[in-house]
Amino acid sequence: MLSNFDFDVIRRALPYLFYEGMTFTLTLTALAAFGGLVFGTALALMRLSGYKTLGRIAGIYVDFMRSLPLVLVIFWFYFLVPYIGQWLTGASRPISVGAFASSLITFIMFEAAYFSEIMRAGIQSISRGQPAAASALGLTYAQTMRYVVLPQAFRNMLPVLITQTIVLFQDTSLVYVLSITDFLGAASKVAQRDGRLVEMYLFAAVVYFTISCIASFGVRRLQARIAIIR
Amino acid sequence: MNYNWNWGIFFQPNPMGTGTYLDMLLSGLVLTLETAVLAWIIALITGSIVGVMRTLPSKGAYWFGFCYVEFFRNMPLLVQLFLWFFVLPEILPKAAGLWLKQLPNAPFWTAAIGIGLFMSARVAVQLQAGIGSLPRGQKMAATALGLTTVQGYRYVLLPMAFRIILPPLTSEFLNTIKNTAVAITIGLLELTGQARSMQEFSFQVFEAFTAATILYLLVNAVVVTAMRFLERWVAIPGYITGK
Repeated sequence: MLSNFDFDVIRRALPYLFYEGMTFTLTLTALAAFGGLVFGTALALMRLSGYKTLGRIAGIYVDFMRSLPLVLVIFWFYFLVPYIGQWLTGASRPISVGAFASSLITFIMFEAAYFSEIMRAGIQSISRGQPAAASALGLTYAQTMRYVVLPQAFRNMLPVLITQTIVLFQDTSLVYVLSITDFLGAASKVAQRDGRLVEMYLFAAVVYFTISCIASFGVRRLQARIAIIR
Repeated sequence: MNYNWNWGIFFQPNPMGTGTYLDMLLSGLVLTLETAVLAWIIALITGSIVGVMRTLPSKGAYWFGFCYVEFFRNMPLLVQLFLWFFVLPEILPKAAGLWLKQLPNAPFWTAAIGIGLFMSARVAVQLQAGIGSLPRGQKMAATALGLTTVQGYRYVLLPMAFRIILPPLTSEFLNTIKNTAVAITIGLLELTGQARSMQEFSFQVFEAFTAATILYLLVNAVVVTAMRFLERWVAIPGYITGK
């Protein structure tokens, strides 16, 4: 059984898999996590601000994004972004957006909904005395958030944020539906070109598994360390 | 936006000759629900077994549960579906592999079982947390009453734990429904798949995806409402949520 396998095909495809595929996957993961965190924090602040309308808008956005499958959202943005670009730039026809930009926007918008809930829980975990003390010091609302609340919330939620980023890392494989060459996309292109589905998909599975395992092991270590500090 | 809107498209016949475009989307919705329900049943049963194993005093059972969860949690769902769909028939003995490949509705069964196992790891973790959150006295009381371990789980621990984790289980059920969309990659024409093919046939991108979006939102609303009723129905007296 295993004797029919040609594991050499993996060795030959390694440069393509990692230089092209994994670079895309990791860049997309890192940028989407950063963008999602920034936008998600803004959404969380909107929800917790005193303004009812702002809070409601953010709430609807989060619930909406969280009730749709990621694959559908990927399709939405793939077709929608060129039109939004046209509208923003005033061009006469839909502008062409690269695969990378389109998937990056998708993941930032989608993951922001999940990051916002994590950050909201983080902000709510800060005791009331903290903002009270900040305002006693004469800090404005923005300064209170910037220097007192958000750094602590971020730190408390760091393990959860990283866990969500691991999920994001795995979810980026779904750009497969747009035939983008991420890590899985690269593996599946080689698999179909050389007729070596078994080897390539098994290898892809092992790589995803190893990276996620190491990352979640790191999260567990981090959790233990943070638990001691508090 | 110079896009040619045409909401009447849903009532035009689809190129497959199976009625209108709306019928196409609705058949996709039915397939989404069928896949999700079957996957959820698999997830609940396997997840409960593994979740219980993770709470047993036996070291072996704990490690099995640990490895099971890590295996299914650390691989993207898409990769897992590819493993079941493309790789499994090749590494099985020839006869079994051939039988698998010729199975009618293979994408449906692969998707249901694959998503079911993927979600079972999450159910297991939640059930473990639920059992872990029960006061130690519950287990002791069960033992004191002369119940065996099986009876203790059956009559005391599990009924309590399942009720406690009902809200997170609702989210996992919703995730199961959403995850069926991944099965588009192995050729299952569920709701997202039908919206995608409607877009390819008719070029009415936004109408197709809007309709799919609305259907997903409706399903979400129905599930959330139903689960809220169920939660009230099974609430434990004496707890915050109880009567």
